[in-house]
Amino acid sequence: MSSKICAVIDYGMGNLHSAHGALQTVAPDTNVLVTSDPETILRADHVVLPGVGAIRDCMAEIRAQGIDQVVAEVRKSKPLLGICVGLQAMMERSEENGGVGCLGLFPGEVKFFGKDLHENGEHLKVPHMGWNQVQQVAHPLWSGIADNSRFYFVHSYYVSPGDESQLKGRGHYGVDFAAAMGEDNVFAVQFHPEKSHNAGLALLRNFLAWGGQS
Amino acid sequence: MALAKRIIPCLDVDKGRVVKGVNFVGIRDAGDPVEIAKRYNDQGADEITFLDITASHEGRETTVHMVEAIAEQVFIPLTVGGGIRELDDIRRMLNAGADKVSINSAAVYNPEFVKKASDRFGAQCIVVAIDAKQVDDHWEIFTHGGRKPTGINAVEWAVKMEEYGAGEILLTSMDRDGVKSGFDLGVTRAISDAVNIPVIASGGVGNLDHLVDGVKEGRADAVLAASIFHFGEYTVQEAKQHMAAAGIEMRLD
Repeated sequence: MSSKICAVIDYGMGNLHSAHGALQTVAPDTNVLVTSDPETILRADHVVLPGVGAIRDCMAEIRAQGIDQVVAEVRKSKPLLGICVGLQAMMERSEENGGVGCLGLFPGEVKFFGKDLHENGEHLKVPHMGWNQVQQVAHPLWSGIADNSRFYFVHSYYVSPGDESQLKGRGHYGVDFAAAMGEDNVFAVQFHPEKSHNAGLALLRNFLAWGGQS
Repeated sequence: MALAKRIIPCLDVDKGRVVKGVNFVGIRDAGDPVEIAKRYNDQGADEITFLDITASHEGRETTVHMVEAIAEQVFIPLTVGGGIRELDDIRRMLNAGADKVSINSAAVYNPEFVKKASDRFGAQCIVVAIDAKQVDDHWEIFTHGGRKPTGINAVEWAVKMEEYGAGEILLTSMDRDGVKSGFDLGVTRAISDAVNIPVIASGGVGNLDHLVDGVKEGRADAVLAASIFHFGEYTVQEAKQHMAAAGIEMRLD
């Protein structure tokens, strides 16, 4: 019996050691591959779209390497997980870098937290960096994870959902933002599950056990 | 729902081994960085910082492999500082699995380096380390482990580093008496109020109340400590419980 394949899409934006290590740790029998090869990605059972850095650079690489078309294909059938800028890339557009058009898997925009963010009289630092709570909206990927568990975030831009029914995790930092979005076989998170200790590992385990039904 | 304050244990490494005696009960080999990182991870550390004190170039390669090994097994953010002088040093550490690098002297000697690093790798992974001491009525940047004054005003420097693209400030301060008497809360608060990026307070932690003071009085977003955790005086979990009991938002799960 051949083992299942999980493809972590490598489009040249940052290190994927941690994502690879975390996925491999939660599913030792799955063959976790870090790859940019479209054929390998399309052959995989599960696909992860990570991302770090500026959205302009991420989208430029995604388009230059044809990853946009690969993702469009993956989106039709198999479980797809977006992480951090991977989630932001799935929205319609981002206001970072003067405005960047994204993949449009989800309606909605990516916005700047701003330099003047306050809560209860306290000035909030940007980037939103550290462990914050996520209020869950029922979804198989939250299975076994306590509601309001903390995950590790680091971002200066946040997702504002265009369709509230796709909001699968609520975050709050001065403003309400989407900590997780989902529709059919696609799930995407703003935090880094691969850096979020037990809660993050549980979510990755759930993803690799997921058939893509919401 | 609120963002938690962070506790960050810090380890000195030389040629890929943890030095300066980390002494946990139950660890077979006290210098094994993977085992120590796992231990802190299990205790609930929010991040781990490694300070690379390796002198030789060859030894640094070993540190890169150490980071690789830890990143494969410890799933919280990792920062590496010490000896980060060129873009290539950053690239190697990030490729090995570090999430952030901390730039210290190189920023003082060549501030443009911070700008270049931030443009290239993103502000989220660039920590600028500042060693500050009080001189008369203000705080100054010191280099060479706090021995060499630079004449640079620490608060102004922190603001400049934010402008240059630092994503976070690691502020090491000690009050004039020196060791284990807590953070210099004056400079911690002055810098935390002056910048819009997170500030990690470090230096001189001798007890758990110092950590509380760093957040409450110093307004730090995170606290970094070494020796109070290394010798089993306190676990990270005890420190977090203590801070939570003082009314600070912490990750306890």
